Amino acid sequence: MNEQVKIDIDRAERTEKLQGMGCKRKRVEDIRFTQGKGSYVDDLKLPGMLFGDFVRSPHAHARIVSIDTTRAKALPGVIAVLTAADLKPLGLHYMPTLAGDVQAVLAEEKVLFQNQEVAFVIAEDRYIASDATELVDVVYEALPCIVDPFKAMLPDAPILREDIKDKMIGAHGPRKHPNHIFEWQIGDKQATDEVFAHADVTIKEMLVDHRTHPSPLETCQSVASFDKVKGELTLWGTFQAPHVIRTVVSLISGLPEHKIHVIAPDIGGGFGNKVGAYAGYVCSVVGSIVLGVPVKWVEDRMENLSTTSFARDYHMTTELAATKEGKILGMRVHVLADHGAFDACADPSKWPAGFMNICTGSYDIPVAHLAVDGVYTNKASGGVAYRCSFRVTEAVFAIERAIEVLAQKLGMDAAELRIKNFIKAEQFPYHSALGWEYDSGDYHTAMKKAMDAIGYTALRAEQAEKREAFKRGETRELMGIGISFFTEIVGAGPAKNCDILGIAMFDSAEIRIHPTGSVIARMGTKSQGQGHETTYAQIIATELGIPADDIMIEEGNTDTAPYGLGTYGSRSTPVAGAATAVAARKIKAKAQMIAAHMLEVHEGDLEWDIDRFRVKGLPEKFKTMKEIAWSAYNAPPPNLEPGLEAVNYYEPPNMTYPFGAYFCVMDIDVDTGVAKTRRFYALDDCGTRINPMIIEGQVHGGLTEAFACAMGQEIRYDEMGNVMGASFMDFFLPTAVETPKWETDFTVTPSPHHPIGAKGVGESPHVGGVPCFSNAVNDAYAFLDAGHIQMPHDAWRLWKVGERLGLHG
Amino acid sequence: MIPGTFDYHRPTTVESAVALLLQLGEDARPLAGGHSLIPLMKTRLAAPEHLVDLGAIEGLHRVERIGDDVVIGAMTTQHSVINSSLLADLVPILRETALVIADPQIRYKGTIGGNCANGDPGNDMPALMQCLGASYTLTGTGGNRQVSARDFYLGAYETALAPGEILTEIRIPIPPTGHGYGYEKLKRKVGDYATAAAAVVITMAAGTCTSASIGLTNVSETPLWAAEAARILVGSTLDVATVDAAVAAAEAITTPASDMRGPAEYRTKMAGVMLRRALGRARVRATV
Repeated sequence: MNEQVKIDIDRAERTEKLQGMGCKRKRVEDIRFTQGKGSYVDDLKLPGMLFGDFVRSPHAHARIVSIDTTRAKALPGVIAVLTAADLKPLGLHYMPTLAGDVQAVLAEEKVLFQNQEVAFVIAEDRYIASDATELVDVVYEALPCIVDPFKAMLPDAPILREDIKDKMIGAHGPRKHPNHIFEWQIGDKQATDEVFAHADVTIKEMLVDHRTHPSPLETCQSVASFDKVKGELTLWGTFQAPHVIRTVVSLISGLPEHKIHVIAPDIGGGFGNKVGAYAGYVCSVVGSIVLGVPVKWVEDRMENLSTTSFARDYHMTTELAATKEGKILGMRVHVLADHGAFDACADPSKWPAGFMNICTGSYDIPVAHLAVDGVYTNKASGGVAYRCSFRVTEAVFAIERAIEVLAQKLGMDAAELRIKNFIKAEQFPYHSALGWEYDSGDYHTAMKKAMDAIGYTALRAEQAEKREAFKRGETRELMGIGISFFTEIVGAGPAKNCDILGIAMFDSAEIRIHPTGSVIARMGTKSQGQGHETTYAQIIATELGIPADDIMIEEGNTDTAPYGLGTYGSRSTPVAGAATAVAARKIKAKAQMIAAHMLEVHEGDLEWDIDRFRVKGLPEKFKTMKEIAWSAYNAPPPNLEPGLEAVNYYEPPNMTYPFGAYFCVMDIDVDTGVAKTRRFYALDDCGTRINPMIIEGQVHGGLTEAFACAMGQEIRYDEMGNVMGASFMDFFLPTAVETPKWETDFTVTPSPHHPIGAKGVGESPHVGGVPCFSNAVNDAYAFLDAGHIQMPHDAWRLWKVGERLGLHG
Repeated sequence: MIPGTFDYHRPTTVESAVALLLQLGEDARPLAGGHSLIPLMKTRLAAPEHLVDLGAIEGLHRVERIGDDVVIGAMTTQHSVINSSLLADLVPILRETALVIADPQIRYKGTIGGNCANGDPGNDMPALMQCLGASYTLTGTGGNRQVSARDFYLGAYETALAPGEILTEIRIPIPPTGHGYGYEKLKRKVGDYATAAAAVVITMAAGTCTSASIGLTNVSETPLWAAEAARILVGSTLDVATVDAAVAAAEAITTPASDMRGPAEYRTKMAGVMLRRALGRARVRATV
């Protein structure tokens, strides 16, 4: 064996040992999760702990005439019953929302949606608490309700929010009606209108991204424990953003922030549902402060689906203008946003419609205008980013459906129309008409790879044959080919445009190398299943040459972790991942000084080699990071403080813009409306790939949730404001049987501004998946001139399409 | 999702179970597999003060042939129904039906007797029992009586069971050798009740349908025995016009509710589509 081969083998072995970036490292957290040894909020049992449960409104809109808690309080085991009358003197009957509104903790004079919290019973056990809720006597006077957002701003509409009816300037400017929340506009209206007035071809379609729910397997829950002697509050909860919760609790309770300990233990999925603050958190805190013992609140499934944050409910009038050759000239969108009874959207504070202005998508559209009107209705509040960055699923749905509508009007192939309008690789960084700077992309390459992989041309030929066979009555199946080419915007975000309640959306990492060379690192984010304990360690492993197995990652305890804004909107890798790399590089710089001292050379004479600094030209003279760590504590260079640790608070210079090309092949049984996904191919480009196995898992999960949303998952209300199907009997959570088989693929276009070039991937498959499924369904019926078919595409709705088109004989 | 307070009883004989139910009256419910009752209790749509668990009673978990009948003990689980070679040989439509009930975990606990006795129109076995002409043995203080499945269901959750009576066994006349069968169920996902489902048993001779029986699931307050639709089929070659007429007759007796599975008109039409498909499969399977 020659010398070079030996060196190569040695380097390969040392690299493999690190299990750093690019390695399909098995998830370290799964060791406890797969053995049932995770520790969730509901696993907490504290001495003397009491249990809370809510009395909830059966009405969607009603005046509260009286609340009588006498019978409930008389039930043995009941300790207290809180109502708005108890919270009001504390100023806690309302709490601030992330969107600049206030939200009732316990209803005072009115209830505004079915299942709204009216009273909080605290009892010795969960069963007594539940029994007692039936003994609280509430007299309601029912009021007319608004379920349809299009009726919210009618002149004679009932006024929902009487608490703010005279406040005609809201958090985001003037309100046009007592049921109006905000109007948000962006883009050049005049120039856009001008383009539409003269374009060869225009399309206009009302695209509804219907109301649904993130439905994590673990519901929202908290345990509050107030120590009256120390005046300290410990709050365990299902928090995607524990530090923000601590600040909010401090602001609304008046407790100093250092006397509040917020702990998010293991979390069983979040998907945006666990970003906001909920009445249950507040009531458990108040209960514990008042009673001086721990109080636990655990939501049940029906409460989760019907009260804590919903997602979507965007009614998007979407228009495109184009030349007859298919060059898109302009886009115009108006959104009617149904926010429910309170504006409790979890968006960065300056963005009442999130990043909806990413709706120009992957295309070079010269001018655009977007206007969003938010309104109140008698439904649960929310509007969270369900496995997506803020309103990005809605935005991508709008452009990716609209471009198919345009393709049909032009008589062009939908893939070809996309390719014709893609932003070109050389146009990056690209400034979009609605104000974003896309960091990097190579859309043409990704699209070509995807089309080749799926066999696009052959599929279209097969579809043409099947359509003829259908017309001849030889088959009762329709074949649809769905396409989606999405661009996401994630990693909020730069302080200049992203904050939550005034807190800039940085994130953080603190890395501490122990004398023996093992590591503890803490981040301001909080995993809910994303695998942070695995992937952050891989970043550090590669940056510092320490095996990932020797690195422990901790998140979720605000006493020990550095302040961060939490995990949602695919921001962990783009922001805290960047902080991790930067903190590691600070350590590496110090390590280089120490190594130089140890090797008695100048710093500049050293070079980094996987897990060590070596003297240039003398590879046998080196110091490993493990050796350097020992010296850092015990024999540092003169004038250098001992120790080897660093912290970084990272404020990203820009968002990151992951993208992808998705294709779906679907067969629909015309007679039942049942749609079967034959193939689904997903190509994702999330920049540098930290752990390909975790990426693949994220893509599988995101696609499954996209499949659910597009094909049947919904939170529906009847005309009386009764929430329909708020249990897993009706709410569509697909099992392994319904879930299609996923084919995954990738390209790599690193982010130029991110320290390791990574962009985030957890939400891409959801964002790209929803329109891909809907496009497949729409494409199946397109040759029958069906017009746009709204989601969700469950069987009865597709059967109705067939009925409308006269396909059932 | 938190049930109310209840007392739990676990008798070891049918007699003591019957006595308990009679003594405790309307506040007591028998508990078989629990997979219908317990979800109702969790949402407090049902709040029995006493549960009388039938699980410790010997002899209720059995499948046997008695003369021209197959007799199935009420506490026989769906899992056991699926794995019974006797049933697979003699009444294979039972296995086909049990396999589309809920999921393997629930089928491991859920019982055929509970499925039949609960009176839930969403349950699959009742319409099948009507299709097969099965009868139920109801045991009370006065001993046993037989009630035909076709007479048993009076309304949603309303049955011919008298206070204190327990459905203890199901007697199914063995269909003729060479019969064709099919149970076709449309559901939104694994574990769901039927949007609509149809059970079909036919016999054919020389290309002509010589007997037919049809049951429909979850398209009315009770399971439906579609006698008229079946009568139309008998004597025909199952030609298109006849099948169309039978489907129309079956659809005509449905009165489904509109729910999250779809509006009533859809569920009626799906009863027709399921019947058509079940019949198609039965025809292929029938020995002519």
